[in-house]
Amino acid sequence: MSKLMKLNLKVWRQKNAESAGNFEEYKIDASPDMSFLEMFDVLNEQLIETGKEPVAFDHDCREGICGMCSMVIDGRPHGPKQGVTTCQLHMRSFNDGDTITVEPWRANGFPVIKDLTVNRSAFDRIIAAGGFVSTNAGNAVDANSILVPKEIADEAFEAATCIGCGACVSACKNASAMLFVGAKVTQLAMLPQGQPERQSRVVAMVNQMDAEGFGACTNTGACAAECPKQIPLSVIATLNREYISAKMNGK
Amino acid sequence: MKLLSFLFTSSIGRKVLMAVTGLSLVAFLLVHAGINACIFFNDGGETFNHAAEFMAHNWLIRASEIGLFLGLILHIAQGLSLTANNNQKRNAKYGASAGNANSKWYSRSMGILGSLLLIFLVMHLKHFWVVSRFTNEIQEAAGSTLFDEMVFVFADPIPVIVYVIGCISLAYHLLHGFQSAFQSLGINHPAYSPIIKSIGAGFSIIVPLVFAAMPIAMHLGWIK
Ligand code: SF4
Ligand code: FES
Repeated sequence: MSKLMKLNLKVWRQKNAESAGNFEEYKIDASPDMSFLEMFDVLNEQLIETGKEPVAFDHDCREGICGMCSMVIDGRPHGPKQGVTTCQLHMRSFNDGDTITVEPWRANGFPVIKDLTVNRSAFDRIIAAGGFVSTNAGNAVDANSILVPKEIADEAFEAATCIGCGACVSACKNASAMLFVGAKVTQLAMLPQGQPERQSRVVAMVNQMDAEGFGACTNTGACAAECPKQIPLSVIATLNREYISAKMNGK
Repeated sequence: MKLLSFLFTSSIGRKVLMAVTGLSLVAFLLVHAGINACIFFNDGGETFNHAAEFMAHNWLIRASEIGLFLGLILHIAQGLSLTANNNQKRNAKYGASAGNANSKWYSRSMGILGSLLLIFLVMHLKHFWVVSRFTNEIQEAAGSTLFDEMVFVFADPIPVIVYVIGCISLAYHLLHGFQSAFQSLGINHPAYSPIIKSIGAGFSIIVPLVFAAMPIAMHLGWIK
């Protein structure tokens, strides 16, 4: 087993949405092979053993696909590495003796539930506002009867890799959700299946995004730089284009 | 009109308005820099005064001046209110921040850079625009031209310093704003975006340099 690292943690503790919250400091010995969340499991065991309240944090798959593990680590969502989620981050990315600051996503659109967990249902409401996608019902059709060019399929799939984690919002100085909404709009706007509702969908989703209290994009690019799935900034341009043309059509 | 109301009400619409007005200001800067650079003929301001005369009396220019002012006011008002709005979207601030790890400082400082430019602009308009547009008669009677006005203003080092600071703010404002405007209008393409970004970077450096060279050259007496 590799040598244990001695770390100082500054963790945000907040009882509930109404309380003020503050940083608490903890000392922990962690193996460089642990994931960041495993290190938190160890911390929580220590806390429980000493009769203290464990730190609440979100997680589920622990393999980078569910988007639950929301931690801002030393000022960066999902920590210092690019293209990984917190659960895929390993302690070897830090040095022995480091002080690591861990806090929740901070945005008015994502109210804190407790400690490091935030309520991201605003994202669900944005997706719901997009509504349904018309498809043909009836007999099973032949495979590949709807033709989609390879480049278009690739672009749509790339956008569809968004896991809805919200790191884009947490990194943005305006707490803007445009990378997320851009990814969702792009993935459907590209494909033939999404065409009938294309214009009404983008307008409804943008209206919901604005109503949820997310800011307006100023193109700093922080979202795309921090996105664990490396969704490109071009999805925001696509979102803008879709929205402008829908509006010019009186939607 | 209802068709365009989204330019004032929705987050994306407001960015579109910033982009369109911003690009029209970019076009204005190009004309402005071109005309001012006439002083570098170093002919006692003759070419420059000619050009300034033309701009002052051509009706087409005067008409587009109105459009330009409207665009400028929209850009300022929308910019200030967008910045104020965006600043209210995160009430609880981060304890640790690492902004430089994921974005450029000037892209996050457009509100401040724009405000510096606004302060500069007020001073600048007072120095030259008010004088040339509204007090023409008096000026001509005194035999004084816009070029004489430049010589007079830039003899004092304080305006020279303010102008240079204004030009630096302009450079950074443009460095983000130029390419950002295209993104806001939905123009982002692997083939065109690198070209837009290069042109934007070149514009952001060259135009403010040309502007800054004028007060400096006049103050040092290189241009007479
Ligand atoms: S765009 Fe990226 S950062 Fe934003 S929610 Fe999707 S995966 Fe997360
Ligand atoms: S826990 Fe599922 S992505 Fe990290």
